[in-house]
Amino acid sequence: MMRFILPLVVFLVLAGFLYVGLGLDPHEVPSPLIDKPAPAFTLPQLHDSTKNFSQSEMKGKVWLLNVWSSWCVSCKEEHPLLLSLAQQNIVPIYGLDYKDKKEDAEGWLNQAGNPYTLNVMDRDGRVGINYGVYGVPETYVIDKQGIIRYKQIGPVTNESLNEKILPMVAELQRK
Amino acid sequence: MIPEIGNFALIVALFLSILQGALPIIGAARNNSVLMGTARPIAVAQFLIVTVAIVCLVHAFVSNDFSVLYVAQHSNSQLPIQYRVAALWGGHEGSLLLWTFILTIWTVAVAAFSRHLPQEMLSRVIGVMGLISTGFLLFMLLTSNPFDRLLPAAMDGQDLNPLLQDPGLVAHPPMLYMGYVGFSVAFSFALSALLGGKLDSTWARWSRPWTTVAWVFLTVGIALGSMWAYYELGWGGWWFWDPVENASFMPWLAGTALIHSLAVTEKRAAFKSWTVLLAIAAFSLSLLGTFLVRSGVLTSVHAFATDPKRGIFILTFLVVVIGSSLLLFAWRAPKIGLGGKFDLISRESMLLSNNVLLAVACASVFLGTLYPLFMDALGFGKLSVGPPYFNTVFVPLMAPLVMMMGLGPIARWKHATLPDIWLRIRWALVASMVIAVLLPLVMGEWTPLIALGILLAAWVVITTVLDLRKRIAGSGDLVQRLKTPSRSYYGMQLAHLGIAVFIIGVTMVKGYETERDVRMDVGDTVEAGGYQFRFDGVIDVPGPNYTASQGRVVVSKNGKVVTQLFPEKRTYSVTGMPMTEASIEPGFTRDLYVSLGEPIPGTTAWAVRVYIKPFVDWIWFGCLMMAIGGGLSISDRRYRIHARKAQTVATGGELLKEKTA
Repeated sequence: MMRFILPLVVFLVLAGFLYVGLGLDPHEVPSPLIDKPAPAFTLPQLHDSTKNFSQSEMKGKVWLLNVWSSWCVSCKEEHPLLLSLAQQNIVPIYGLDYKDKKEDAEGWLNQAGNPYTLNVMDRDGRVGINYGVYGVPETYVIDKQGIIRYKQIGPVTNESLNEKILPMVAELQRK
Repeated sequence: MIPEIGNFALIVALFLSILQGALPIIGAARNNSVLMGTARPIAVAQFLIVTVAIVCLVHAFVSNDFSVLYVAQHSNSQLPIQYRVAALWGGHEGSLLLWTFILTIWTVAVAAFSRHLPQEMLSRVIGVMGLISTGFLLFMLLTSNPFDRLLPAAMDGQDLNPLLQDPGLVAHPPMLYMGYVGFSVAFSFALSALLGGKLDSTWARWSRPWTTVAWVFLTVGIALGSMWAYYELGWGGWWFWDPVENASFMPWLAGTALIHSLAVTEKRAAFKSWTVLLAIAAFSLSLLGTFLVRSGVLTSVHAFATDPKRGIFILTFLVVVIGSSLLLFAWRAPKIGLGGKFDLISRESMLLSNNVLLAVACASVFLGTLYPLFMDALGFGKLSVGPPYFNTVFVPLMAPLVMMMGLGPIARWKHATLPDIWLRIRWALVASMVIAVLLPLVMGEWTPLIALGILLAAWVVITTVLDLRKRIAGSGDLVQRLKTPSRSYYGMQLAHLGIAVFIIGVTMVKGYETERDVRMDVGDTVEAGGYQFRFDGVIDVPGPNYTASQGRVVVSKNGKVVTQLFPEKRTYSVTGMPMTEASIEPGFTRDLYVSLGEPIPGTTAWAVRVYIKPFVDWIWFGCLMMAIGGGLSISDRRYRIHARKAQTVATGGELLKEKTA
């Protein structure tokens, strides 16, 4: 008997979830990695895969780590913002090119412009897992000691940039 | 005045649909043949009145009546006439109207072609379809009326999204909707059978042709959408795992499972409750797909915020339709019984595994599609799960499915033995493995994925040929022997071969495509895959409602000119939206594909993308074969003969009790 009710139960749970989702206000997600050291990685660079880059080279600087991919639609949404941020020279943006092909990634950057100081390739997504990437895009603010101070899930928006990311960057740079 | 007529027609249609949903079902419950007799006339009347509404909206579009809000939002006086008609389904409200219209077409078709059904069954089916129609008409009238006025009227319209101004896309939504809505027939049959408490092979036989027709439309609709993405988006891709595509793919997967499961229910009276559940699932996913795409939830969850009424209505409607049918299922299904028994190795068990794999595939697409939606709804921000997820999940699911596809038709019903199957397929297996190892080496590059793709395709082709050879074995005239297997057998094998052709297309494109993304000045030449592409510069060409920068690219091979291609970058004058029109020279073994990127500022040079796409057209040719296979199988004579036989029985005043074949 139970097994015939099961589809109904599953569906009702799903519908309940949807209903709650409809009414919820967007809010920040606490990440378990906030205030923890950024997970270590050494990955090949996108434009020159013979060279590696590691997060440890950034000690002493405040920087942004932006997880992106050429197949990611939402990344195209935040791209113009990243470009204008890069032009202002406030904070360096490093890209983690997530589960992407080199040609695709370079093609996209050539076409749309390159806001990144440097890009590394996370071809199989291992580093992404360490960082707890939910999906693409995500952006991390990392301080001079290499501690993650903020995590933006989903595309960077004007609002999140001006109200969260930039004030935090300014504060961390003063320290 | 005319939009008011349309509005009035919708209101009348709503009342008719309520009658259609109530009277025949009550009649069937009380065994009152007068009430049951109203099913057909009401269905026809509803069809006529919804036709009036749709004609009114078309009239508003064609006559540029910008006092109608929907027209003002989706059309423009400069828009060519064919796109003004197609703009009808360019937005949310009009799509709902098209949906309802197609539902009434299916209802009338059921009323016309199912005269042999017992009156009770037919009444219930038409009644359920009336209830669905009520939901849609209510939705339209309460939250999304296409006839809402805009006062004062707009001077001109905001134009149809340029992405939709394309011949391929004109036909895509109606085809897709024919498929989506078509599953409502299978759904209604399933609910009627549950209501009547008689789930037997007769029910499966009635549902089968309807399900297959809907599936054929859906297949064609999806293929059209994919072709359109290929030549319109300028990236040379044909499937993006985009939520909109997934929304149509999920019902297709469920529908494919349903077709196979219905076959088992008809022939062996097994899987009954599972089949019913699949029929409910296929239609529920169609509903979900329509709403997800049309409401804009997937592009932005915040579309709900602007009109929370819509979001709540959609959810309520889904809960009522899906919830009540699953409730009915929970209540009635335990009485169905299990049906024919079968062994672990048998055609039934193969089809069961096929069903499980398809259901899992469908569930994983569902998860991948809705996961970002859930995350967004919960405030996690917008995310893309993207192709890596789907590719990782899909290949391991599809590979065993396709292997099974070769075995299924060979295995016997009820009881088959492994040694027997092994004896018949060992050479097929060896041959396809040899081909899988050698062919990629001949093509110049060997990777495990390419080899796997070729293995699967070769396996399907070889087992199909083997099975056909066995079925027509014997002596005598070959033509005569070829006529022995039924048309539905040929239909099935053609559809299976379509899968093989599709796999070849996908494998070849993935494995051997050549791509050049280069900056080209006038006179520059780029080489790709043995072809030389010479860029002759760009000229401006005016279009009806856009201006195009048209490039000319001369393609030659070994010094001989093969063709000229004219890729365009269009700017639509009303919306100012830029659009890419790739130029393609199609071929049996390869497509030459050129699209314009962006002009390089300060020079006459352009970014140009050049692709050589081996076997890419096989992808859609494979889909076409599946669709034709579906069409062939429903033209099988047993459906016509049964129809006639059943009719004489029914008119003879007897109850229909067909033995399982």
